Amino acid sequence: MAMFHKRRGSTLAAWALGAGLIPLLLLLLDAGRLAEGRTADREPGRTLAARAGLTDPALFNEARYARHLSQADRHAAFQDHPAGLEHFPAGSLAPPPDPRHERLD
Amino acid sequence: MNAWIERQRGLVDTTVANLGRRRGRNLGLFLAYTLLVFLLASVVLYGDGLRREARLLLADAPELVVQRLTAGRHDLMPAAWLEEIRGLRGVSAVTGRLWGYHFDAAIGANLTLQVPLAEAPASGKTRIGAALARARGLAAGDVLSLRDHAGNPFALSVEALLDSRSELVSADLLLLNEADFRAFFGIEPGRYTDATLAVANPKEVRKVAEKVLARLPAARVISREEMRRSYEAVFNWRQGLLLTFLSVLLAAFALLAWDKASGLSAEERREIGILKAVGWDSGDVLTMKLWEGVLLSATAFLAGYGLAWLHVFYWGAPLFEPVLKGWSVLYPRFTVAPDVDSAQIATLFFLTVLPYVAATLVPVWRAATLDPDEVIRE
Repeated sequence: MAMFHKRRGSTLAAWALGAGLIPLLLLLLDAGRLAEGRTADREPGRTLAARAGLTDPALFNEARYARHLSQADRHAAFQDHPAGLEHFPAGSLAPPPDPRHERLD
Repeated sequence: MNAWIERQRGLVDTTVANLGRRRGRNLGLFLAYTLLVFLLASVVLYGDGLRREARLLLADAPELVVQRLTAGRHDLMPAAWLEEIRGLRGVSAVTGRLWGYHFDAAIGANLTLQVPLAEAPASGKTRIGAALARARGLAAGDVLSLRDHAGNPFALSVEALLDSRSELVSADLLLLNEADFRAFFGIEPGRYTDATLAVANPKEVRKVAEKVLARLPAARVISREEMRRSYEAVFNWRQGLLLTFLSVLLAAFALLAWDKASGLSAEERREIGILKAVGWDSGDVLTMKLWEGVLLSATAFLAGYGLAWLHVFYWGAPLFEPVLKGWSVLYPRFTVAPDVDSAQIATLFFLTVLPYVAATLVPVWRAATLDPDEVIRE
């Protein structure tokens, strides 16, 4: 403790900033390695998508109308029956269509 | 220059001594600040990671998908349509796709049954996604029994499991050959779910889509760009929703900082008065308080951002995963890949640090311009 009392406040402040900055820089440097490994892990998925002709990730597979969001009908809500309120997170959290985007059809 | 540095060091020395004197209060503020940065950074990092995954996986998706619409809904496409499209200039390949859904009551989940464009399984065989295999407790060589369109048992032997690293696209997938698919769903030959198109010149994708629509007005054309945009929009929307909730926290924190700075304690006011009485000018007091804000903000930002990085890329983001990724019975297991983006770091820094500095500066300036005599006598 005596050692700390002798230090100037500015030195302690520099230590504190360094203690936050250095681990963060190390984490960011490690990002390259991590990204490389995880991107390589996606290769089988990309190959499968190309070979099987897949169009959507299997992220929202709880309901058939949410499974292929990019291929869904224009108005996907209430598809099951008129009172079929959506209670799945994919439907409730999917955004409304972007009016700025001109569709092909 | 040296004199300036020494002066700043002196100011920082005093700032650190001040922070140390009110240790409990500053520690509380530091923890709240770190938590705020951690939450905001986690949402931003995870949302960006998910968008990157979707971009990566859709890079090899079909260039154009053509669907047939009947009475405004998706309908099966006759093989004659494939020939119509094949005759269009600029189209290098047309393939009819066969895919559909089946609700598997045994696990209460929807399966996607699809005939692959290449390397289809042999008759009576299937290749299934790893999440489906887990849910059903299946391994290669086992038999998977489903009910076909007529309600009869339909047995498929599991030829192999799809690579678990492809779960993001194959969690609920069941690949089978064309004859089995048609028999399972009762779809007669010569009809397809939709068609995929390869376009020779990528710059002509839009032109080809227009030609398809001109030739087949009842068609719907979806480009790869639209698929990519769909997922960008989904994750932007989800990330935006969470950030909207968290902005309340940001506002509350700015309010806390304002309150802390504007409600300077009598001790702090006396301290400023004494400093001014011994020769400090208002600029020195302001600089000292600015250092206090910078030190607190910078250390909290570094700690919060570092923790968010660990939370998202090393610990799998347990706090936000269900909201941002979604959930289901057959959920793919994957961890997002990091992508260092300086613009994103700068945005987060300004989003969190600026409100704090702005909220503290005005009240401190008011205190710094007080008359020392008046403050000491209070």
